[in-house]
Order: sequence, then structure tokens, then C-alpha cells
Amino acid sequence: MKKFIISVMLLAGMAAFSTDTQFSQPLSKDQEVLHALNRLTFGPRPGDLEAVRKMGLKKWIDQQLHPERIAENPELAVRLRPLESLQMSAAEIATNYPPPQVLRAMTQGRLPLPVDPEARKRAELEIQRLRARREAKDDGDVKAKAQGKGGDRLQQATRQQVLAATDPVERRKLVADKAPQQALPYDLNEAKLYRAIYSNRQLEEQMADFWFNHFNVYIDKGADRILTSTYERDAIRPHVFGKFRDLLEATAHSPAMLFYLDNWQSISPDTVPVRRFAKQKAKQARGLNENYARELMELHTLGVDGGYTQKDIIEVARCFTGWTIKQPNRGGEFIYNDRVHDKGEKTVLGVKIPAGGGQDDAEKVLDILARHPSTARFISTKLAKKFVADDPPPALIERMAKTFHDTDGDIRAVMSTLLDSKEFFSEGAFQAKVKTPLELIVSAVRAADAQVDFAIPLATQIGQLGEPLYRKIEPTGYSSANSEWVNSAALLARMNFALALADNRVPGSKVDATKFADDPAAVARQVLFHEASQQTLDSIQKALAQREPTPVLVVGLVLGSPDFQRR
Amino acid sequence: MSTRRLFLKSSALGMFGVGTAPAWLSRALYAADAPSRKKILVAIFQRGAVDGLNVVVPFGEKQYYSLRPNLAIPKPDRTESSAIDLDGFFGLHPALAPLKPIYDSGHMAIVHAVGSPDPTRSHFDAQDYMESGTPGRKATSDGWLNRALPIQKDSSPVRAVSLGATLPRAMRGQNEAVAIANLNDFQVKDTRGAGTFESMYENSLDQVLNGAGRETFEAVKLMQSIQKQPYAPGNGVQYPNSSLGQDLMQIARLIKSNVGLEVAFAEMRGWDTHVNEVGARPTVGQLANLLGQFGSALAAFYQDLGDAMADVSVVTMSEFGRTARENGSRGTDHGHANVMFAFGGGIRGGKIHGQWPGLEQEQLYEQRDLQLTTDFRDVLGELVVRHLGNARVASVFPGYEQPKFRGIVVG
Repeated sequence: MKKFIISVMLLAGMAAFSTDTQFSQPLSKDQEVLHALNRLTFGPRPGDLEAVRKMGLKKWIDQQLHPERIAENPELAVRLRPLESLQMSAAEIATNYPPPQVLRAMTQGRLPLPVDPEARKRAELEIQRLRARREAKDDGDVKAKAQGKGGDRLQQATRQQVLAATDPVERRKLVADKAPQQALPYDLNEAKLYRAIYSNRQLEEQMADFWFNHFNVYIDKGADRILTSTYERDAIRPHVFGKFRDLLEATAHSPAMLFYLDNWQSISPDTVPVRRFAKQKAKQARGLNENYARELMELHTLGVDGGYTQKDIIEVARCFTGWTIKQPNRGGEFIYNDRVHDKGEKTVLGVKIPAGGGQDDAEKVLDILARHPSTARFISTKLAKKFVADDPPPALIERMAKTFHDTDGDIRAVMSTLLDSKEFFSEGAFQAKVKTPLELIVSAVRAADAQVDFAIPLATQIGQLGEPLYRKIEPTGYSSANSEWVNSAALLARMNFALALADNRVPGSKVDATKFADDPAAVARQVLFHEASQQTLDSIQKALAQREPTPVLVVGLVLGSPDFQRR
Repeated sequence: MSTRRLFLKSSALGMFGVGTAPAWLSRALYAADAPSRKKILVAIFQRGAVDGLNVVVPFGEKQYYSLRPNLAIPKPDRTESSAIDLDGFFGLHPALAPLKPIYDSGHMAIVHAVGSPDPTRSHFDAQDYMESGTPGRKATSDGWLNRALPIQKDSSPVRAVSLGATLPRAMRGQNEAVAIANLNDFQVKDTRGAGTFESMYENSLDQVLNGAGRETFEAVKLMQSIQKQPYAPGNGVQYPNSSLGQDLMQIARLIKSNVGLEVAFAEMRGWDTHVNEVGARPTVGQLANLLGQFGSALAAFYQDLGDAMADVSVVTMSEFGRTARENGSRGTDHGHANVMFAFGGGIRGGKIHGQWPGLEQEQLYEQRDLQLTTDFRDVLGELVVRHLGNARVASVFPGYEQPKFRGIVVG
């Protein structure tokens, strides 16, 4: 332990000492290609390095920045097809995968059952289950469900094996029939992983992950269960290379964010209750909710040290009163409710917003925030931390922030500045990042060239490594910092996953061992796309001295090695 | 002190030889070692907001019965369908009968009308605040239980353990904290791979991964000694097969194996009883089932540890309480103040701490919920300072520099 602390301190000291020189130390041509693949994609697949070399690195990067110019992998479309909720509107989702409130309304005849026969059957089944559960509870004597942990996990493993052996369309049906609401995270998780593994537009997927995480919502917070799918599709994905102001606008208007950060309940304290609803209103929020206003500045735009005060938070919250959702549990849309809007004059970051602006008050806030120098710096820093290093060189951030400012927040242009920089292709950045759980799992699948036809077991693994997808409770999103992902339980889980994947013990993923060479050093080269460290090779050699080396074991060992944890 | 201990150990044990020393001598050695033994704090989170008014029942309050015509637990009458009298005013839910002996022994304290001063009634926010230890502040990135760990030069790789697949908010932060889903799984499952990985990470020039790898395999080695033999709980205790029961059994196993555990975290879900909180009678049904699981798990833990409980404190919490008045569907909605339990060798128990605010309309918080008279940080803060011995309470609960101790820890 002591040694560890000392070594970390040494390392930190060294880093501080030599940052400048490290970030100006160029890479070899081969290193440049590998580095670009490691950072812009979810890890190289066999053949990727050669393909990029052949095309030319510059051209390849330019393509990745313009995903619409890249032909998509047909393997991806096949896998996305059964995930039907991804194509629906939020209202359709609420009808076809009804949350408890909608189900209750259906039971009482206040809402019609779904028209789609499959969905109708599912809803009827759910209603029956609800009734059975209620009756069981009324009995009072029913034994509480045994929650034995071991049992649950065993069940989950067996269930995943059974599902993996089932045809994808049938499997999706089984999941939805068992619990309709489960189909929503199922579709999202499957799609996210298939895209990360199979899409040819890899940088776009990295950016979609980055921005969803930046504007995080939590799928298990109430109505966000039915609002997250459209949020990712309609608010995040169209803007990942677009103008920051448009992305900000889309998230601010999205029911998913309005619900997640409670703005939909934030009303002017002066609101006169409508008599008819007075009693009901008294139960709900009776004034400002600062939650969104605070996170909007702290996490989405300016950054915690971006120069705003508690007074600004209140003023921004006042501007956003009335930005709400029409029936969130039914997948309702954004509406502006002028009755609960604070009509007075506001001052945000020194800018006066005159009285009577209505819905436009908040638009002005978004303008101010999107164009604030703190935002340019905050977003540039976060991108550089994700794509370059945990402590990115300030000079690079300044150049990115300048591009942000000069282009009115053009995300593609900011990324170009990053990817054109000498700092990106430097010793200081090379292998400087520890893979996040998502990156680790997907890069292992890609490196081993595994065939994935059922991605939920991979998602389960990512969750066990500490990054459950769509389930980050806090609005901060997941950190990309190395320190976040290096801990005992996570490392063990990484090693165990590596061995299991290579040994075809992860349901739904198949590795073809015959693709691998016999010689450990050659296998390591195949999986790492560079030479393994001497220490890793020695350890493997030593282990294999006692028995016949099998490529399966070597692949597993390399995927679990320290070498593979970095990118 | 350390010289004396060393002397005792070498001379006394030398006289008898290891393994043959009489029991009294090893007890004496143990006692001599006592000052250096670590105190352990186990935190249990009841997620979903447990209905504290039906857990520790204010049966002496007339208003309780008018607010809850269908839900109220009847006054103690020594049958299983009534509250278990604690002090003539409060009683335990009958499903918590397993906890009564602990309370009677003086090692279990109850704090009523306790909770977070933040007015939120969102599970999500309230849990977050209770785990970060900073009500109203969302930007706090680490948890109180992690900050509660005293600063230490040489610490065990398993000084902070949470049961479950991921590290809960309360446990996250600067100090090493391990999430363990299952003790037996905390290993490289493939024996062919284990030694190789260990050698890779131990020799790696990657300083960060080398350091973490060493720590990992140290922790694994600690676990191996535990994993080797099946666990036999003390005093013939049988843990319930519930999630909480199994988690507490693993914590007990860690404690008894002396691997340096200081703080542990476990949780139980499902307390959000909006509908059918009670069944045919108030003392059966959903809440009764949950409390049955809860109480039997805690009691099993207490009995299993036996004398080792001297160094252990367990504290329970839930994000907020529930409405004083029952709702129209035999349940309760989100409320405000709640109840906490603390038990262990060093707890001043057999007593209900805190001030009772009453249940009359004008005494209720926002005319509907139990009023808060004790901040949850008063309880946790006292445990941090007086039990764990970490005096830097201001850094454990930033913004709450002076918790008001209620005297739940024997000072």
C-alpha cells in the first residue's frame, strides 16, 4: 500500500514535471495509426490497422468526422431490426410498453388497450399479473419472495444462456412478454453495444456515448423509463457533431431531461392555483425547483468554476418555470405553461432579461450559456480528457476553446482541432487512458473478433465492472478518469471476463479459436495490435511451460493483461 | 504499550508453545491488543422509504390511531397481533420480535423522528443526499462512509466493503473501497489464469495497474483464507436466505476473519409501500413480511458475532419516512422524518432517543408528515467520532460542522 502511494506520487510528480515535453514527443507512424484507432473507435478489429494505413490516416480521420460518408456495416442493421421500441415515439412506447400508471388507467378503462395485437396481449398479461399480485398481498400471508442472491445470479446466468440460444426475434418477444417495461432498457442496451461493436461510424458512436453521458439521464427514475429511448435518438444522436447550442436546446426541451432534473415541476412561487386543482397542486411542488438550473450551469455548460452564483441559479430557474411535460407517464411532449411562469425581470450572469419574455426567457439563458467563454473551455477540457489524457495540456484546450468560440460552438470543428494537434499524437497521450468498462468489454470483443448475437450478457458485465449503461443515477455521468476504473473488484472482474470471453463462456458471444496463432507472442500481437510487454509475455510463457499452450488460454490472458487495459 | 504486548506475546506464548496456550492467556493477549483493534461500522440502507411509524409504533399517541384506521398496529396486548411494548409509549412492530432481546440487553438504540432536513420527497434525490451526507448538495462526488474512514498509512485492502455488484454512493471516494457481490467469487475463477495474472500485474511497469494489481491480489489472498472453508456462523445461527441475510452473513464472515474491515455497507429494497402496506390485519402483509426479513437478518448477525459485537456498530437508515395519515389504498405516501436503529457493544441502547414531535395536525411537517427533530448526521456523526474514532467530522459531513450527539454511543 505504501509503495503504491509512493509510486503514484512519483508518477504524478513525473507527469507534472514532464507534461510539456511528453505532449510534444511525436509518435512513430505505426503508433499514430494504432493510437487513432484506440481513441476514435471502441478498439481495433483484425484488419483495421492495415485498412487505415492503406487509406491514409488523415483521410480516415476525416471520414470518421463525417459519418454520413461512411457506408454502414450490414451486420449492424440485422441486429438492430428486432429492437422495435427504438423506432417508436415516446407516446407509442407508453402505450405498447405501459408503465404502472398507464396500466392502471387501462385496467380502469380510462385508457384504451394497445391496438397492436402483440402489445395488447402483453398488456393483458401484465394486468393479470398486477391483479394476482394485489390479491396475493391482500391475503397477507404470502411468503415474501425469496431474494437469495446466489439464486438470483444463477437464474440470471441460466436465463441468459437460454436466451442466447433463442432466435433474436423470439428472444425479444420472450423478454417483452415476461415484463414489457424490461424491453425498453433491453433494446437500448442491445443497440448501444451492437453499434459500438459493429458500426463503421465508430467516432460517431464514441461521440454519442460522450454526449449522452454529458447530458446524462437515469432510465430508472420514474417516467424516464419510457422517455430515454427517444431522448438518445432525437435529442442526442442528431447533434453529436453539430452545433453545441442545438444540442443544448434539444436536451433542454426533452421530456427526459425535464423529468430527470425535475424542471417539469418547477413553478413560479407566485402561481395562483386553479381552484379545481388546488388540492392536487398542494401535494406537488409549490415553487421553484433549482435542480435543472444548477446542473445546466455546473454540468452542461459553464462548469462548477465557470463563474456563476447561487443568485444566478435562482434566476435561471425562474427563467425555466413553465417548461414542463404534458403527462410524462404517457410519453407526453414538451409544453410551455405560461400560467406557472415567473413573469418578472431576471438577471443571468449580468445580462438583463426583461419582464414578460415568456417561454423565450429560457431560450435567452441557453444563448448566454452556449456562448459563454467558460462553456467553450469546459466542453473543450472534457473532450480533451476523454480523447487525449486525464490531464490534457492547457495549450491544446485553449486552441480548442478558440475554435469553439470562432465557430459558434461547432463540435466537429472542435474535434478537428483536437485530432489535428501534435498533443493528440504524442507520447503524453499514447496509452495514457485506462479503458472504461464499456471500452474494455467492447474492445475485447472486437479484438478477439467475437461474433455477438446477444449483447445483454456483455451489458451485464459492463454493469458488474461499475458502468451500468443508462443507469448512472447522478447527473454527473460517468467519469473517464483512470482513477475511477482501477480498483480491486473491477480488475478481478476484468480478468474473469477476459478468460470467459476467450473460452466462449459469455452467452451470446462466440470467439473462433482457430483464428489464432500457436505462438503466444504472435497471439498477443493479434489481440493487442502491438508487441506485448516483456513482463506480460514472460508471465504467459512461465504459465505455459507446464502444459500445452492453447490459443484460447493465451487470448484470455492477453485480454486480461495490464497491456490490454489501456488504450 | 507495544513493547509490553510484544513481551507478553513472545514470553508467554514461548512458555506454552503455539496452540497449547491456555484459553485465559490468549484472552489476555487479545485484551492487551485491544487498543489497536479496529472498530467496525456497518451501515444498512432501507431503499424506498420505510414507514417508520409502523416500525417503531407510537402506540401511546391517540392521534396515531385516528390517522391510520386501517394501518395502525394495535396497542401491546402480548399477542402476535399487537405492538411489542418498549417503554410504555413506543412499541416494535411484531414482525421485529427478533430484535427485542437486543433492545432489552441494552445494546440497541432507536432514534425516532430522525432524517434528512432536505424537503425533497424524491427517492432518488433523498437517497443521494443521505449517501453523500450533504442534503441539498448534488455536486458532492464522494460518500460519507468513505470519508468516515480515518486517514491511515497502512490499511487493509478490504477496510471498506460493500455487498453488491457496484460500489454504492455512500462508499465511493478517495479511500480504497471494494464492492464484493459474493466473497466466494472474489478471485480469478480460472486457476490456470490466477497465478499468471498475478505475475503479470506484479511485474508490470505500468505503475497504476501494478499498484492496483498488487492490492487486488493482496485482497484476493486475504479472501482465499476465508474462502477455503465453508462458513459456520457462531451460536448455531441460521441466516435467512434473504438478500440482506446473505449480505450480513458475508460481513460477519469478514469481521470474524480479522482481515482489517472497518466499514461495510448493505442494503435492502422494496420499502415503498404506497399500496397494500398491510394485509387482512395491520400486523400482516407487505410491511410485515419485509420487517420479518429485516429483523431476522439483523438478529442473526448480532447472535452470530457474539462477543465480537463489542467492536461493531450497525446503523440503519432510509431516505425519508412516510405520511402520518394512511392513504386510500391501504398504504402510505412519501413523507419526512423516520426511524433509525443502532446496535452493537458500544451502543447506549434499551432506549428511544430523540425528541418526539407528536402527531397532532399542527405538529406535523407540512401538515402531513412526522416532523424532524434529529438530523441523520447527528446519529452518523456520533458513530463516526465516538465509535470509529474519526474526530474530523467536519470533513465527513461538510457543511454540518457540529452534529448534536444524542448519546447513542457509550462515551
